[in-house]
Amino acid sequence: MTLDIHNSPSSRFDPTTLKRNPKSGRTLFGLIMTGVAGLFMVLAIVPLFLILSYVIIQGIGQLQPRIFTELPPPPLVEGGGFGNAILGTILMVGIGALISVPVGVMAAIYLSEFSNGKIAEWTRFATNVLSGVPSIIVGVFAYAVFVLTTKSYSAWAGGFALAVLMLPIIIRTTDEALKLVPQEVRQASVGLGANDYQTVLRVVLPAAVPAIITGVTLAVARAAGETAPLLFTALFTQFWPNWKEFLMEPTASLSVLAYNFAIVPFENQRELAFAAAFILVLLVLLTSIISRLATARRTY
Amino acid sequence: MSSVSGDFNQRLEPRPPRERVTDNSFKWAARIFALSILAMLIWIAAIVAIRAVPAIAEFGLGFWVNSSWNPPREEYGVLPAIYGTIVSSIIALGISVPIGLGVAIFLSEDYLPPKVQRIFVFLVELLAAVPSVVYGLWGIFVLIPFLKEITPLKGPGMLPAALVLAVMVLPIIAAISRDAISSVPKDLRQAAVGLGATRWEAIILVILPAASSGIIGGIMLALGRALGETMAATMLIGNANKVNLSIFEPSNTIASLLANQFAEASGLQVAALMYAALILFAMTLVVNILAQMLVKRLQRI
Repeated sequence: MTLDIHNSPSSRFDPTTLKRNPKSGRTLFGLIMTGVAGLFMVLAIVPLFLILSYVIIQGIGQLQPRIFTELPPPPLVEGGGFGNAILGTILMVGIGALISVPVGVMAAIYLSEFSNGKIAEWTRFATNVLSGVPSIIVGVFAYAVFVLTTKSYSAWAGGFALAVLMLPIIIRTTDEALKLVPQEVRQASVGLGANDYQTVLRVVLPAAVPAIITGVTLAVARAAGETAPLLFTALFTQFWPNWKEFLMEPTASLSVLAYNFAIVPFENQRELAFAAAFILVLLVLLTSIISRLATARRTY
Repeated sequence: MSSVSGDFNQRLEPRPPRERVTDNSFKWAARIFALSILAMLIWIAAIVAIRAVPAIAEFGLGFWVNSSWNPPREEYGVLPAIYGTIVSSIIALGISVPIGLGVAIFLSEDYLPPKVQRIFVFLVELLAAVPSVVYGLWGIFVLIPFLKEITPLKGPGMLPAALVLAVMVLPIIAAISRDAISSVPKDLRQAAVGLGATRWEAIILVILPAASSGIIGGIMLALGRALGETMAATMLIGNANKVNLSIFEPSNTIASLLANQFAEASGLQVAALMYAALILFAMTLVVNILAQMLVKRLQRI
C-alpha cells in the first residue's frame, strides 16, 4: 500500500467531486479495517462479560449470613462460611495499607514537591519497575524476609508482601493528585509566610486528599484480590486468626480460599470458592465505579 | 496598606532555628522514603539472590537445561518451566497484540460518541482489575470444558492458560498503545489526510509508525506481565514438569512452579526455588526496564 496518489489510476476518482469513490480499493480497505477494529473491540469486551456474569450467577446464590460468620466446613459437611478468610484479608490488607500509605504518600510528596530532576526521574522509574515485578516474586521475597527468619507463616508476612505491591499504585496516584493542585495555591501559602513543610501538610496535601483516598481504595481492592504473594507467606487455615500468637500463624484470605477450594472435588467447598470470588469481583467493580465517579468530578 | 506601613521598617527576621530544623527534616524524610523505592528493588534482588546461592553453587548453569524436578533425589532443573513461561507468553501476545492494537485504534479515533467511548475505556480497564484467581476459576469451570469440546485438549494445558493470559495482558497493550496513539501530534494526521490519505492509510503509514516506540513499550510491559502471571497459569496449565511441544498438553511456568512448591519446600529445594525465582525476576526486570525506557519516550514526542 502506498500514498502514491499521482500514479494511482485516476479512474478511481470522479474528477468533479472530492467525495471518495465508494468502490475504490482504498475506501473498501478502510471500511474493512474499521470493521476489524470494531470486531476486536467486541472481542476484547466479551470475556469480561462472560467472566463477570459467570461469577455473579455462581456466587450470588451462596451469599448467606453464615458465610460471613462461620468457619470453612470440612469436606462433605453442609453449611459453613469463611468469616476467618474475610477477617484475614481485612487484616493483611490493613497491614499492607499501614505500611504502604505513609511511605507511598511521603515518597510522592518528595516527587511532586521537593524533587530536583534526577532523583525524581530515577524514583519514578523505580516505581514503574517495582509495579512490574511479578507478584509471585514479591511473595518469594516476603517468604525469605519473614517466613525463613521467623520460621512461621504469618499475617505479617502476607501483609508485608501486599504492602510492596500496593506501594507503586499509591505513589503514582498520590503523585498525580498532588500535581493537580494548582501552583497558585502553593504560592499563596508561601506568600503568607508558611514554610515548605506547612505548605505541603496544611495546604497542598488536604487539597489532594480526596484523590489520594481514591487511589488508596483502588490499591486496597487490588491487594484484596492478590493471591500469589499470599500462597506461601500467609498460607491458609481453617481457623480464626490467633490474637494470642500475635498473628504469627498461618492466616486465611478470600483469594487463597478461592484458589484452594476451586480445585477440590467437594461441592460444598467449591460453592464457597465461588462466593469468595463473587465478593472479590464485587469489591473490584464497586471501587472501580466509585473511583471513576470521584475522578470525573475532580476539580480544585 | 497605610495601616501596616509602619511594620515595613522592621527587618524580616530569619526563621527560628527550630522551624528550620522541622522543615529540613521533613524534606529529608520525604527524600529518604522516595529513595527507599529504589532500595526496595535492590533489596528484593539481593534477598532472592542470596537465598539462591546454595542452589547456584550446587547446580550452576546445568539448572537451566535440566528437566527433572525431583525433591526426594535433590535433582532440580527449570528447562520445562522456562519453556512453558516463554511459550505461554508468546502465544498470549500473539493473540492480544493485534486485538489490543485494534482496541487502541478504535478507542482513539472518533468512531464512537465520547460518552460511549469512555464506557469502553472503563470496561477495558476493568478487565485489568479482575483478580487473576477469578480468571483461573472461570478458566477451570468454563474455558477448559468448552475447549475440550472443540479441540483435542483433555484437561488443563498450555492452550487455556495462554488464552486467559491473553485476556489478562490485553488491557495493558490497549491502554498504553492508546496513550501512544493519542500523543502523536494532530498535525501529522492532518498532513497525511491533506495529502489525500484515507483515515486508515493515515493510521497505518503515519500514526502507528510515529507511536511505535510507545506501542512496543506497551507490548513489552504486557510481556513482563505474562511472564510473571501466576494464578491463571497455575490453575490452568496443568503443572506438568516436562517439555510438551503440543499446546493441548499440560505444561508448566516458573511462576506456577513457585506457587505450587514453596509452601512445602525445605532445605535445598528452597534454594532451587529461589534460583528459579531469580531467573524469572531477571527476565521480567530486563523486559520491564526496556519497556519503561520505550514508554518514557512518549513524553518527549
